[in-house]
Amino acid sequence: MDSHIELTWRARFHRLGSPPAVYRLASKLLPWASALCGLCFAVGLYSGLVLAPTDYQQGESYRIIYIHVPAAWMSMFVYVVLAVSGGIGLIWRMKLAEAVARISAPVGAVYTFLALLTGSLWGKPMWGTWWIWDARLTSELILLFLYLGYMALQAAIDDRRTAARAGAVLALVGVINLPIIHYSVEWWNTLHQGPTVTKFDQPSIALSMLVPLLLMALAFQLHFLVALLARIRVEILDTERRTAWVADLLAGDPHV
Amino acid sequence: MRPKRRQRMILVGLLLLGVALAATLAMLALRENINLFFSPSQVVSGEAPHNTPFRLGGMVVAGSVQRASEGLQVRFDLTDTAQSVTVTYNGILPDLFREGQGIVAQGKLDQRGVFSATQVLAKHDENYMPPEVHDALQKAQAMGVK
Repeated sequence: MDSHIELTWRARFHRLGSPPAVYRLASKLLPWASALCGLCFAVGLYSGLVLAPTDYQQGESYRIIYIHVPAAWMSMFVYVVLAVSGGIGLIWRMKLAEAVARISAPVGAVYTFLALLTGSLWGKPMWGTWWIWDARLTSELILLFLYLGYMALQAAIDDRRTAARAGAVLALVGVINLPIIHYSVEWWNTLHQGPTVTKFDQPSIALSMLVPLLLMALAFQLHFLVALLARIRVEILDTERRTAWVADLLAGDPHV
Repeated sequence: MRPKRRQRMILVGLLLLGVALAATLAMLALRENINLFFSPSQVVSGEAPHNTPFRLGGMVVAGSVQRASEGLQVRFDLTDTAQSVTVTYNGILPDLFREGQGIVAQGKLDQRGVFSATQVLAKHDENYMPPEVHDALQKAQAMGVK
């Protein structure tokens, strides 16, 4: 019995290495993920921008946290995905992991850019400056450069497998930046404020403001999932373009 | 294949370890330089540089803000609860500037130990709450309930 169960799980795991199976799974999940993502964005934005109360100190300007904070969280989360899938690709030479790493990088770069941009827009009226070279802002900017460096490396190397390996090493070296970003506001004195939600004692944000923030965080996670599913389909079609099943698919065979 | 995978896994582990070690050493060496500002205590004890601009951070002492009757000249004290330094500034203050607020000022110390600022930035805290909750907290504090 045991060996039978193990075999099916193994079989399922091995199907993840089969491009047509992943393509079909991604196609099936994509509309559901998109709908859920749209719903979360609608509810999250409405509750954050309309229902949530005004802040006692910052007035309405604080509402930028509903974009800024989820984008900043995602910029780090996507980097973890990039590094972990890069590492799996490096050790087990799994094509799917290499593809996930390659397609997450531009998405992560967009989140990082969004976090920097919204932070800058908020910084001018609140702090009095668009930019300051404090530890938090600088380490987040380095994260953007890591993403751009990874993408440039992928573009520079023609062979995909070689590019994936070189990129994985870069991504793993850059992992050290993640704890630096997170703890920068505690290790050094910075202009950027300390953590609100992720500190160990109670979050120092009113519940009516926290709920929309968590909804927006969920919406951003789903957005990443949607981007990943949509991009993996294109990636698979591109790498498999000379295979019979893609030819069948393009010919309109309903069984693929 | 197995030993080869294990070898790669060890290599990845060593890579992460090496990078972590290098980063830790670099940050220990740069510890003071990464700090954005000096505190009033550091300024009073003479740790802050003389004759070169630096940043000073602290809380605006309640009741210390004096504005000139004409122009934008403003004078206030900054404290880290242990020591305090007087700051003068001529310019527009950020929205969040107020008594009791944390700020970071860029400027130079003059001979009398007064910090003359060329830029004043407000440091925001990490607390978010509706105004009613803030009022209730203040009232509770005033009544001695902490």
